[in-house]
Amino acid sequence: MLKVLASPRGGGLLVLIVLIALLPLGFQNNFHYDVAIRVGFNAIVVVGLNLLIGYAGQISLGHAGFLALGAYASAILTGSHDWPPVLAMLTGAVGVGLLAFVVARPVLRLKGHYLAMATLGMGMIIAIVLNTESQLTGGPDGMSVWVSFGVAGLEANTPRQWYWLVGALLVVWVWLALNLIDSPFGRALKAVHGSEVAAEVVGVDTTSVKVTVFVVSAVVASLVGSLSAHYISFISPQEASFFHSIELVIMAVLGGMASIYGSLVGAAILTVLPQVLTAFEDFEHLVFGLVMMAVMIFMPKGIVPSLGLWLAGRARRPGGEAAP
Amino acid sequence: MTLLKVDDLSKEFGGVHAIEDLSFVIEPGTIHAIIGPNGAGKTTLFNLITGVYTPSAGEVYLDDRPVTGKAPFELARAGMSRTFQNLQVCLNMSALDNVMLGRHMHLKPGFVSGLLRLPGVVRRDREARQMCAGLMDFVGLGNHIHAAADSLPYGALKRLEIARALAAEPRLLLLDEPAAGLNSAETREIDAVIQKVAERGVTVVLVEHDMKLVMGISDHVLVLDYGRKLAEGRPQDIRANPDVIAAYLGTAHAFA
Repeated sequence: MLKVLASPRGGGLLVLIVLIALLPLGFQNNFHYDVAIRVGFNAIVVVGLNLLIGYAGQISLGHAGFLALGAYASAILTGSHDWPPVLAMLTGAVGVGLLAFVVARPVLRLKGHYLAMATLGMGMIIAIVLNTESQLTGGPDGMSVWVSFGVAGLEANTPRQWYWLVGALLVVWVWLALNLIDSPFGRALKAVHGSEVAAEVVGVDTTSVKVTVFVVSAVVASLVGSLSAHYISFISPQEASFFHSIELVIMAVLGGMASIYGSLVGAAILTVLPQVLTAFEDFEHLVFGLVMMAVMIFMPKGIVPSLGLWLAGRARRPGGEAAP
Repeated sequence: MTLLKVDDLSKEFGGVHAIEDLSFVIEPGTIHAIIGPNGAGKTTLFNLITGVYTPSAGEVYLDDRPVTGKAPFELARAGMSRTFQNLQVCLNMSALDNVMLGRHMHLKPGFVSGLLRLPGVVRRDREARQMCAGLMDFVGLGNHIHAAADSLPYGALKRLEIARALAAEPRLLLLDEPAAGLNSAETREIDAVIQKVAERGVTVVLVEHDMKLVMGISDHVLVLDYGRKLAEGRPQDIRANPDVIAAYLGTAHAFA
């Protein structure tokens, strides 16, 4: 057990658990809980997206579409059909997984800008369908979600309950993701990014690796979509919008590509910063843009990897603390 | 039984015949060299054999079974591995992880087992790490084991590719210009590595420009010119072949 905690994997995870446990001590009202819960939702999606974009090097500008489909599946199945929330969520996730699987093969044959265009188009189609199928989805007006999320009699109703639920899910998902990138599958994932043909000629089925990680990231987005639909009690086609997809990608890039903890930092900053910047009133978006530009200019690898390199450099310099 | 048989193989790129009606066989346990002027189709031939390209016509047989049109990863699982003339190293990974990638198909690399970090995954990974560090030592990269791949010099990356290919434990190893860009000391080291690999029972096919290397270690030489077979035989016969001298070597003193 001690050995687990001393490893980089266990150590970072321990910091995350302590942080999640202690954070509520500083919360003064429900708004603080609300922001923290949204950070958690985004972080879960972005960890999945970072496996696809950061580790495997496959861009997607359409993941908000998967998130929205999960949200609508939960809203429709629990609202109009009285399904239990968990069953609705899992059904949505299976449906999104199948859709992602069908889309992945043709789309992931594309690279770079072309892959970006194709996933962008996919997300837009989902947004259009949600907008126009108004009998099912309520159209542009969106729909309310009245059913509380719960499993086996345990319901999440208060912000506090949601906080612990999202916090626990985030810890579990980060643990799983850290395991994955440290496994042979994770090595194959990085190799798809580094050199697809090199991976192929040593026996890696690169198509299958790409499809798997695409489906997994889509399913994770769908699950979070379902949860957030219950949490916010309202969904609209805005969830599937292009801007939402971009926002998720920016979180991954800003925090750090190919960095699990970077995903958390990116999600936290992009969720919290707009709240903090309301102090600038009319200049809010200007300051927001400047902050992002500054980060990318001075930390081109993203916040967490850049800080990591900087610390490693300091440790190596003579006179500094010697790194083991 | 022949290990590899290439039968009437052709590859066209927009009307240009990169490989035309090429046939040859490779017997197990030998070192084969493929030589020819630039543009003769050597690398194209490697790409056809390893499934990176699909031939326009003809067949490739591995262990007498047709494997034409199979994906590179399927051929790798059937016992083929290769290196690249223009390096294909994953620069986003450590040097050792690049070699570990070569173990991929021997590690039961499932998604779920990786996600849960099952004990078997950890154990196999640890064993593979040891084996791959040994391979890096074998190719002369013993003091780069903990380096990032993007910090290695060119010559080291060439050897890293060989270590990665060996980690896959191939029966047939294809080396695309293993000595290109290396100085003479490094070339001698590569030469020794190739011979040691062959002694382990791995069949080696190499494309190479370094004549000293080719003539010194090969059992069999195939000469390509404009995608066709110009000559084939033992090194000493190729050396004496007037066609080869005329088309490829220009003058006899190239072997001096």
